[in-house]
Amino acid sequence: MALIELLDMRKSFRMGGKEMEILHGVSLSAERGEFIAMMGPSGSGKSTTMNILGCLDTPTSGKYILDGRDVDSLDGDELATVRNVMIGFVFQGFNLLQRTSALANVEMPMLYSGVGARERRRRAAEALERVGLADRMDHDPSRLSGGQQQRVAIARGIVNKAPILMADEPTGNLDTRTSEEIMALFQELNAKEGITIVLVTHEASVAAHAKRILHFRDGVITSDEPNAIARGGDAA
Amino acid sequence: MISTAEILRVSGRALLANKMRSFLTMLGIIIGVGAVIAAFAVGQGANSVIDRQISMLGSNFMYIFPDRSAVGSFSTPRYLTISDAEAIERECSGAEAVAPLIETSAQMVYGSANWSAEVDGSSASFSAVHEWRVESGRDLLEDDVRAGTKVCVLGMTVADKLFENADPIGKVIRVRTVPFTVVGVFSPKGRFMGGYDQDDFILVPITTAQRRLTRNANTGRVGAIMVKGVSMRALDYLELQINDLLRERHRIRPDRPNDFRVMNVSQILNVRRQTTRTMSILLGAIAVISLIVGGIGIMNIMLVSVTERTREIGIRMAVGAKSADIRLQFLIEAVTLSLLGGILGILLGTAAGLGLARVMQSPPIFGLGSILLAFLFSALVGIAFGFYPAWKASLLNPIDALKYE
Repeated sequence: MALIELLDMRKSFRMGGKEMEILHGVSLSAERGEFIAMMGPSGSGKSTTMNILGCLDTPTSGKYILDGRDVDSLDGDELATVRNVMIGFVFQGFNLLQRTSALANVEMPMLYSGVGARERRRRAAEALERVGLADRMDHDPSRLSGGQQQRVAIARGIVNKAPILMADEPTGNLDTRTSEEIMALFQELNAKEGITIVLVTHEASVAAHAKRILHFRDGVITSDEPNAIARGGDAA
Repeated sequence: MISTAEILRVSGRALLANKMRSFLTMLGIIIGVGAVIAAFAVGQGANSVIDRQISMLGSNFMYIFPDRSAVGSFSTPRYLTISDAEAIERECSGAEAVAPLIETSAQMVYGSANWSAEVDGSSASFSAVHEWRVESGRDLLEDDVRAGTKVCVLGMTVADKLFENADPIGKVIRVRTVPFTVVGVFSPKGRFMGGYDQDDFILVPITTAQRRLTRNANTGRVGAIMVKGVSMRALDYLELQINDLLRERHRIRPDRPNDFRVMNVSQILNVRRQTTRTMSILLGAIAVISLIVGGIGIMNIMLVSVTERTREIGIRMAVGAKSADIRLQFLIEAVTLSLLGGILGILLGTAAGLGLARVMQSPPIFGLGSILLAFLFSALVGIAFGFYPAWKASLLNPIDALKYE
């Protein structure tokens, strides 16, 4: 069974008293271990689609089945649990807690799943090592470079062993070289750990790292193609 | 669900990150609780002084005070004198013993020991009116009063404090630099209803007190006249006798009100009870108002904090925090603020109470009750006023919170 199953999803917003539909029936199916890039100009619906996939937002209509579970029937607390266990997030602006060490930032998801302090520390340290920040654990975000901050965010995304990692413009605030490093890390996580990655970007060079590329325009998917020659060292 | 210990750590860190703001937020609670604690302590202290005065009274006992509210009448002299007391003793058949009284408090020194206590200036009838027995030495004599000699009879507490085990009789103590010879010691009466120490005083001749310890030397004024009736039943009759006698002596015209008040024990107790109740209600009102104001301060800051930290709330929700987790976090921050404010307020109030009591010369009494109540109340304020901001925070939609700039 597919990990992600999206059927005719629509989303409208109320703007100035008018109902505005910005997603006009998006359908999408993804298996475990895929690496999908969603591309398109701003306002095309790619971010909204990802927010719905990430259970951060709810669709106006349509069906979303995540790992065999009907997400539409879940309440706020159950959605929080799904986010906690199933999905890791990486954002353009990193979204780390300020004045909080890298280690504490990475520990945070486990606070809400009731992992004991010791185990939490051990797993957070392991995740930070995994992203190459073993020597920066006690640093506050303000003392880390952009690339390092994004690595902390990735460590936070994978620390709960979530099968899915959602990344919204993860390289938007980074220079080209750092972007390459972060994308290589995504590829590695996808290849070695089998983590399913959904990436939103408007840069072709970033999307080129994915195995499958979706194009969005005006609230619909206009193309859905495998990326045969994935860029960079795909270890798989 | 997040554990309580973790949420305490998260909340504590947030409060520490804004130390100045946290302190200013608590200030309302600190001042409110502090004021209540100090006022209660000083009030209780003042009450115990009143207790002492009541404890001095027997059941068939009357107190006559000058009534200063009668100013404006053409009567003279508008205050009570020693000769008023002597006239009552002479002419009222219902009076068994009469003693004028001047009360003051003073520092007293013997050798290297010193002590502060009440000084009662009165006549030789004092111990008869109050049923004091002399344990050693002698009582005041009429000659002492007539001549204004510098002699004193000590209450047991003062004797213990100044002389420990030595015999005080014949020794000279200094009361506000005036030397007094100790002629006797009263046998102890103990504490009045477990409160005021009745033995913590000295008795001196009223004439000496007027001349040496107060500024009433020339006028012959006294603070009050104490009268012991021959029996309980004679009290009503005695009151009429005193009334007529003093009106005549003070030349008060029939259409003018008295310039004195006669009170018996039950009247005094009633007045006392009423005063205490009024004071309690007043203090309670101050407490409630200041705690509400403090609570609004906390609510205000917590609302600001929720807005400022919308993105943090979004991040926490994105990684799996439930609404209840967020609600609890902000609620605990508010309760921590108010409880900490309460504790600091108790400390401040205790210090202020001690300081005020020094000025007012009545020892403060700190009740565990008022401290517990203040503590409980500040916790309640935190919950009541922290709930709305916390609830507001928990209602945020994760995606809206994350997008918040």
